Amino acid sequence: MYWQKDLETMDRKSLETLQTQRLTELIAHAQQSAFYGKVFTEHNITPESIQSTEDIRKLPFTTKEHLRANYPFGLASVSLDKCVRLHSSSGTTGNPTVILHSQKDLDQWANQVARCMYMVGIRDTDIFQNTSGYGMFTGGLGFQYGAEMLGTLTVPAAAGNTKRQIKFIQDFGTTCLHIIPSYATRLAEVMYSMGIDPKKDTKLKTICIGAEPHSEAQRKRIESLLGVKAYNCFGMSEMNGPGVAFECTEQNGLHIWEDYYLVEIINPITLEPVPVGEIGELVLTTLNREAMPLVRYRTRDLTRILPGECPCGRTHIRLDRFQGRSDDMIILKGVNIFPIQIETVLMGFKELGSNYLITVETVGNNDEMLVEVELDELYTDDYAVLQRLTKDIGRQLKDELLLTPKIKLVAKGSLPVTEGKAVRVKDLRTFA
Amino acid sequence: MTVHQLSIFLENKFGKLSELLALLGSENVRIIAATVADTSEFGILRLIVSDPEKAYTIFQGHGVGANMTEVLAIKTDAEAGRFAEIISLFTQAGVSIEYMYCFSLDKQSIMIIRTNNKEAAFEVIRKHHIEHVNACDLINL
Ligand SMILES: [Zn+2]
Repeated sequence: MYWQKDLETMDRKSLETLQTQRLTELIAHAQQSAFYGKVFTEHNITPESIQSTEDIRKLPFTTKEHLRANYPFGLASVSLDKCVRLHSSSGTTGNPTVILHSQKDLDQWANQVARCMYMVGIRDTDIFQNTSGYGMFTGGLGFQYGAEMLGTLTVPAAAGNTKRQIKFIQDFGTTCLHIIPSYATRLAEVMYSMGIDPKKDTKLKTICIGAEPHSEAQRKRIESLLGVKAYNCFGMSEMNGPGVAFECTEQNGLHIWEDYYLVEIINPITLEPVPVGEIGELVLTTLNREAMPLVRYRTRDLTRILPGECPCGRTHIRLDRFQGRSDDMIILKGVNIFPIQIETVLMGFKELGSNYLITVETVGNNDEMLVEVELDELYTDDYAVLQRLTKDIGRQLKDELLLTPKIKLVAKGSLPVTEGKAVRVKDLRTFA
Repeated sequence: MTVHQLSIFLENKFGKLSELLALLGSENVRIIAATVADTSEFGILRLIVSDPEKAYTIFQGHGVGANMTEVLAIKTDAEAGRFAEIISLFTQAGVSIEYMYCFSLDKQSIMIIRTNNKEAAFEVIRKHHIEHVNACDLINL
């Protein structure tokens, strides 16, 4: 049931002692980097500043802009000969970012991923197919090494080529997949269109879905289309990649590994901690990363800590389903909108498919939102029914968002689908 | 008394209609009647074709969602006042017309009608001996 019982079920007090000890060591170690050496001196921080995990608040935040400004190696806390890999994510603006890994870091990362996979019931008898892009994208190699450590037979199929993915699933008897949610739906649709019923004609049983925010309804849809259990996973390249937090079989919140990360949830405006259970921005400190520790890294991901204990027996806290990114947040007419809110409403309509596109643009002097959504099938010949559907969607979105977007029904298959991440939001506003 | 009609959800996108119709043409499915009902947002293309089953399969194969419905096909002579007369018979029987479209050939007109109550519409047709067309007749037009 547990990959590392002692660590996963450690009582809270011992866990906090472990965190405090690791945090103190981390401060001493991070000082070696050009960046933190300077920051800690400026803020008068020494390892002795840390007496408890609460003391983390004496430290300043680290942001993506810091990573960009110190590109590529300004945050390295060891010399480059100790590093064995880097992952770089491209930036649409400015410098990309780089995360360095020592061999110890890679081993720990693989262990985190193995722990997650084991938690959802994946064993060495399973056959695991990874549909992530490999290379710089951490979902590829991250899952690869974790799955190998766990001992599954791995199928590094990488991204794209749906027909080939399906062939692998059938030929090799793939039981588990790592896949992004929009692609999981697409994969299922292609299977059905080829006359393959994934429930009867494949051995799929467990899939790990992540990298894109998705609603509970979308998970349910994926589970019923493919006949699997789908588990939500969370990772980000700054925090290694996949394996940071993962759902257990309760499917109620993602356990975040607190022996590896110190978790804070802050109000993104005031930067103060929010009470347990309230939504805020996730801030993480890597507790034992060697090559490139990050202190109080602002992830821009919005979530909350689920209060209470998990029936699975793991003591590490659970994060709620991610509410999108504070960057993805659309501010329209002074209202904060998260794409996931819109998705949740749309998924409630059985007439609609799973693809949608939100466009925000300036019309005259106004910013308008257009939601285009694909009809699943043309289930009616009646015009009025479609107009009523459009109205109902509009009304429910208005209740959720407190403003009225324009709704447009479009034919199935007409919205852009890439075999990577689905395009969900287009912001065409002109900010004068 | 009824014929099969195919409805296709049509976005307002340039070239979409010709693309859909070309699918049928290339498979030798003949279009007998067609109409596009349209709002600014979307349209519904309604088609009476020589082989509705085949057309349905062709659309499915191209990922185009189509809906098959039964509609009434009524034959009248093309004299002034005949349309009004027939519609009024339905109205008197409390049957409302959801939509209709017609086409004329020589001195005859075919009215394609969708009502809100199929059984009651049949009754009107029987009672007043309204001449109707079945699927085979229509295909041979
Ligand atoms: Zn649990």
